[in-house]
Amino acid sequence: MATVEKDSVSGQNTTGHEWDGIKELNTPLPKWWVYVFWATVIWAIGYWVMMPAWPTLNGYTAGYLGYSSRGTLDAELVAQKKGRSAWLSKIEASDVAAIEKDKDLLRYAMAGGKIAFNENCAACHGVGGVGAYGFPTLADDEWLWGGTLADIEQTIKYGVRNANANSRQSEMPKFGADGLLKPEQISAVSDYVLSLASKAPAKGSAGETVYAENCAACHADDGAGMAAVGAPALNNQIWLYKGTKDAIVAQVTKPKHGAMPAWSERLDASTVKMLAVYVHNLGGGK
Amino acid sequence: MFKHHAKLETNIFFLAVGILLTIVVGGLVEVVPLFSIESTIEKVDGVRPYSPLELAGRNIYIREGCYNCHSQMIRPFKDEVERYGHYSLAAESKYDHPFQWGSKRTGPDLARVGGKYTNEWQLRHLINPRDVVPGSIMPGYKHLMRPLDYADIAAHLKANRVVGVPYTDAQIANAKKDLEEQVFADPASKPAVAASYPKAQIGSAAGKDKVTEMDALVAYLQVLGTMVDFSAITPEAAKKMNR
Repeated sequence: MATVEKDSVSGQNTTGHEWDGIKELNTPLPKWWVYVFWATVIWAIGYWVMMPAWPTLNGYTAGYLGYSSRGTLDAELVAQKKGRSAWLSKIEASDVAAIEKDKDLLRYAMAGGKIAFNENCAACHGVGGVGAYGFPTLADDEWLWGGTLADIEQTIKYGVRNANANSRQSEMPKFGADGLLKPEQISAVSDYVLSLASKAPAKGSAGETVYAENCAACHADDGAGMAAVGAPALNNQIWLYKGTKDAIVAQVTKPKHGAMPAWSERLDASTVKMLAVYVHNLGGGK
Repeated sequence: MFKHHAKLETNIFFLAVGILLTIVVGGLVEVVPLFSIESTIEKVDGVRPYSPLELAGRNIYIREGCYNCHSQMIRPFKDEVERYGHYSLAAESKYDHPFQWGSKRTGPDLARVGGKYTNEWQLRHLINPRDVVPGSIMPGYKHLMRPLDYADIAAHLKANRVVGVPYTDAQIANAKKDLEEQVFADPASKPAVAASYPKAQIGSAAGKDKVTEMDALVAYLQVLGTMVDFSAITPEAAKKMNR
């Protein structure tokens, strides 16, 4: 059917196909292209031998080099750990107080702590520990659960009001919702708390009596608070849930309670130490 | 052999058979071994089907298109493992239909977000992300504070069982009860839902008297990446797990 002719212009044979008088040249592929093609075929065979390639019935051919991305990662992590071990081993061996005393170690811990803080803590406490409504500021010198290095490390390790057995726990009674105080008593004590906060306690007011009987056990007579039970100081203008009278009445009536994860469940011990040192040095460490 | 090439190309029947054979061979080689290769899904303890509340939350995650910006796949690269934690295992999404690995990260990966933040943070962040993360470009999801429609939750469990998720008859029968219990039970009281679905986050995020869509979504987020205990998996154990 098809007749192959020689094309007089190009000197090439035609394929012999003809459509409406149009004929197709059968020009061979360039030599370089053919060589590259066969080279890739040979490369593929080499690849099958060296790298994971063919599936078998219940596995796959691992290849002579035994490559796996997870294996490569493990090796990289081991190398990275080794590279950091000069400093990390010192952090691991020292307690937080010793880290802070050693100038070089402190610099390393601050750098490591900052990275870990920005990834894990800044979502709630803000970059640089500026805090937000309901999430305490870490850059000031007021501490709910204590501001010493050991206190901070403990809080980071075990968290606050979570399922961890060592977590910090405390609960303020629902003075209003459970009927422990009458609305007018709550109003009076809120006024007294506001007077405490502006450093001019309203002596002899009805609120003072309510405060002494119900609040002072945790928040102290002078409103200094008590870190052991996470009771915030009330004798300053630092507020977790705003310092308006409405906000204080709401808190006394049905308190909100903050919570924090136990970071020892997610981070290794040296990262927790670096975080404690970093937070302690944000500005307000005691 | 190449001489007869023209016959194959010019005969529609032989061409169709040839194409079919090529696809069949390709399919057999690429797809069939995945069902028999033992290392496709690692053998690890802890991965369980989603609790009814988490499953409802997962449906909301898909409905709201969270996967458009958030992946759930920590790749085995050093920088990802350093930031997010242990790389994702296939086993961790074996009960996901469909899985939420995703291919784009406008926001961070969520494969290990469970337990990283408190319920309170998740709630406020979902209502208005700027309240807690000033530079965030994520939209707010305030509308999730509406009641969750869970009348058909047992049917969702059943549908998942059809595609291979091992829900028991009791779990399907108790689906509605488990869902409500996960929101309203006191975690300290050791509710039945916690026994049926270990590590489920008990308690309401939204804190209202109704089950909200927010409760479901937060319960789902809080269980992501928490089922497998990676502290027990050493690199040596991981190697065996992969092979």
